[in-house]
Amino acid sequence: MIEAQGLTKRYGDTLAVDNLSFTVEPGRITGFLGPNGAGKTTTMRLILGLDRPTSGTVTVNGKLFSRLAWPMREVGALLDAKAMHGGRSAHNHLLCVAQTNNLPSRRIGEVLELVGLSEVARKRSNGFSLGMGQRLGIAAALLGDPQILMFDEPVNGLDPEGILWIRNLMKALAAEGRTVFVSSHLMSEMENTADHLIVIGRGRLISDCTTAEFIAANSQQSVRVRTPQRDELITLASAAGATVRDDAGGTLVLLGLTAAQVGDLAYENRIRLHELAPAHASLEQAFMELTASSVEFHAGIPAVAAAAPQSVHAGEVG
Amino acid sequence: MATAVSHEALVGGTLGRQPAGRAGFAGTVRSEFTKIRSVRSTYWTLLALVLACVGIGALFSWGQTERLLRIEGGRRFSGGQVPPGFAAHIANEIRSQAASISLFGLLIGQLIIIVLGALAITSEYSTGMIRTSLTVMPRRGTVFAAKGVVFGLVALVTGLVTSFLAFFAGQAILSSQHVSTTLGQPDVLRTVVGGGLFLAACGLLSFGIGAMLRHTAGAIAAGIGLMFVLWILSQFLPGPPSGWFGQADIDKWIPFNAGSAIWENQANGLHPFSPWIGFAVFGAYAAAALVGGLVVFLRRDA
Repeated sequence: MIEAQGLTKRYGDTLAVDNLSFTVEPGRITGFLGPNGAGKTTTMRLILGLDRPTSGTVTVNGKLFSRLAWPMREVGALLDAKAMHGGRSAHNHLLCVAQTNNLPSRRIGEVLELVGLSEVARKRSNGFSLGMGQRLGIAAALLGDPQILMFDEPVNGLDPEGILWIRNLMKALAAEGRTVFVSSHLMSEMENTADHLIVIGRGRLISDCTTAEFIAANSQQSVRVRTPQRDELITLASAAGATVRDDAGGTLVLLGLTAAQVGDLAYENRIRLHELAPAHASLEQAFMELTASSVEFHAGIPAVAAAAPQSVHAGEVG
Repeated sequence: MATAVSHEALVGGTLGRQPAGRAGFAGTVRSEFTKIRSVRSTYWTLLALVLACVGIGALFSWGQTERLLRIEGGRRFSGGQVPPGFAAHIANEIRSQAASISLFGLLIGQLIIIVLGALAITSEYSTGMIRTSLTVMPRRGTVFAAKGVVFGLVALVTGLVTSFLAFFAGQAILSSQHVSTTLGQPDVLRTVVGGGLFLAACGLLSFGIGAMLRHTAGAIAAGIGLMFVLWILSQFLPGPPSGWFGQADIDKWIPFNAGSAIWENQANGLHPFSPWIGFAVFGAYAAAALVGGLVVFLRRDA
């Protein structure tokens, strides 16, 4: 359980985290969502005590992180794939990490096996791909068999296979009753993994609810229609309370009516339909609209960008 | 490579229940020792330290024997051997300083240990390792102390080994003209042990600076500036106006002059501080740097 109360962090003139309060409950995956620069990493650094809050508090299992008796047995964190000395072998990296918490060295072999790095255990990590570095970081986080796991943008830059691996790992960890707190700037990623969502923008809390609630509240249903009797349908649909948008190519998008309602309406008024299709606004779009006012640096975002798949850098995974 | 996530391993495998007590100093010391021994740069730097100190000390010792040989107009004695009793005052002078002469390489060795001391802490920041280090052991005072103790011990052991090796190599060369000394002579053991202490203190001074600056190049530059450049400047800057205080009153406080009082010869009158007082002053400089480093380490965001 992670509890933040009025958490605030200021760097000079920049308010990175602004009066943030939330609770990360055990036994599920909590997605920590926000555009780049929203303060996700800073919040995680505040939880781990790497940064000191300007005001407010954050506790882990009711204690300040630095007061935990055996930190690695309670929290495992992956902040980035590069938080290691590249000149050290994977085995030695895990050894020096394990020794701080008096963990037995045989545990190193177990976690290396788990993340699939046993064969490169004696190789120096500066020769590792991003995906392998990520796995080594996860191995370190799992050393102490912690109840709470924190991952900061774990799939960033990974190839599809690596993404799938991390997604399954997080699900397996949560299924065991562990607390998984994972940040991302991609709604599509969280939609598939997280049970609960904490959404922030510009350091402020925007939304804190289950993923299902978030989807229900933010994905507006619409119906796409093509008809030769365009004007008649517009009049009737408007009268029935729908918002009508004229899309390119002669199709209409009706908001506020179900596909069945539109079909019935057309049938009763003898309007011929050439196409009738229900559609969901993508969650990505909902997320972008929700956080649009809080994006730190605006760029001209073309409408199609939201639907386009995020291109991933294909890092070789070992 | 597709790896199935095995639940048995996740559940903790062979890891037992959480023990009593808490993560502390002993484990962190073991961790820091693993860190320092598991990167190659440690070995290269320590090797460079030994080679520089022994090599330069040997070279300087050889130079002293040549100086004796070439006395009076550069004429070299045939057979490379000075006659007994020749230039006795010069021979005695060299003999009285024989230990310090063989340690001359420490002048360069201090620069190398400064690099190692700075790297011991700044590499945590340059590699990003610090984020992992403080996440697995968030008690920063413990991390700093463990790091300092481990580096300090490595520096001390290497410093002593270096100092003794340089001494024996230098004496072997000086003995060719019968101007060497032995550990049994007055002050010689103190000089040689002092050389090791000096190197360790240099390293810790640099470690403290590294913790304050968190930047490898900056910390090395500051350390070299403090130890080497300041000392060079003190050699040729004009003294204070007469009637104020003596040049020596300033010079003795220069870090190198204070610190090297313990291993440089006293005969040239450059060291108004006695060996142990001078070293204590130098130790105080190193302690100040360590305290400054600790304060920064405890307070600043990592």
